[in-house]
Amino acid sequence: MTWFSIIVSGIVTYFSRMAMVALIDREMLGTKVKEVLNYVPAAVFPAIIFPGVFFNDFGSLVEITDPKIYGAIVALVVGFYSRNIIATIISGLLSYWFIIFFLLK
Amino acid sequence: MLSKSKIFFKGTVAVLPHMLSVIPFGIITGAIGVELGFDPILVYATSLIIFGGASQIIFMQLLSGGASSLVAITSVGVINSRHLLYGAVLSEYLEKLSFIKKLFISYFIVDQGFAESNKYIKKNKNLSNPHYYILGTGVTLWFCWQLSTISGIILGSFIPEELCLKFAIPLTFLAIIVNDLRKLDHVFVMLVSGFASLILFDAPFKSYIILSPIVALIAAFIMLRLKK
Repeated sequence: MTWFSIIVSGIVTYFSRMAMVALIDREMLGTKVKEVLNYVPAAVFPAIIFPGVFFNDFGSLVEITDPKIYGAIVALVVGFYSRNIIATIISGLLSYWFIIFFLLK
Repeated sequence: MLSKSKIFFKGTVAVLPHMLSVIPFGIITGAIGVELGFDPILVYATSLIIFGGASQIIFMQLLSGGASSLVAITSVGVINSRHLLYGAVLSEYLEKLSFIKKLFISYFIVDQGFAESNKYIKKNKNLSNPHYYILGTGVTLWFCWQLSTISGIILGSFIPEELCLKFAIPLTFLAIIVNDLRKLDHVFVMLVSGFASLILFDAPFKSYIILSPIVALIAAFIMLRLKK
């Protein structure tokens, strides 16, 4: 079943890459659609970020003192100023580890 | 006139700075796949068959969290709809290619490669073989992605559970959108999506992952309307 899902996802992904290049006339995509497609990353990724930070493994809201929230805030600030992908991830992880291994021990 | 191999090589060089983010992202993707409990072969298969970091992570996270295949596949489709935009832009440069070549080159259309190709081809309008540039970026990114996810899969089996590497998932996606944090319209769409995901989190079949982006895209559409 997992193999099946991987293959179908692969086909879907490939189709998204290929459709406008090989199948569909690019004029079919109106300016409005293009403008909205610009927002796809902004529309998709927060739906992974927010639950990943604000929910625990059991699907309930975490408390305001949860280390994940502080890790995310550090990553957000570092990311905003550095605009660097690795710095964002590493700063978030390090501050999170610092809290769970040192402050909470 | 630049030869084909020179144009290809230029594409390769253009994406090298992106390796600083692509390689760690690949390692994280591989390591997270293993941490989520997938067979290493399956994790690697996503790199080869899906070949898109964000889609691979979301796909594995959803399936391991008990989402149905349908939800996992649909969310991959939603994430990748941005490729339509890339394809629409690049198709202008690929018009002269045969159908088979178009099918081949499409597999290599990825974010960083698109960004560099589009910049370069726009500047060098009378290139005779712009597709070699696109291929140069795509093939280079492909190799680095395969190698870095394999390294991540190997590393992942050594990373202790206590590190809670799962937290790298939201951080990775935060890092992807970090460049858009200065654009207020994008931040607005992000907030709509984020809060929608918190409200819709308990919707059946993990459908929040599809519903929240749809809500946010509708918000984006309305926002564009009001702006005019």
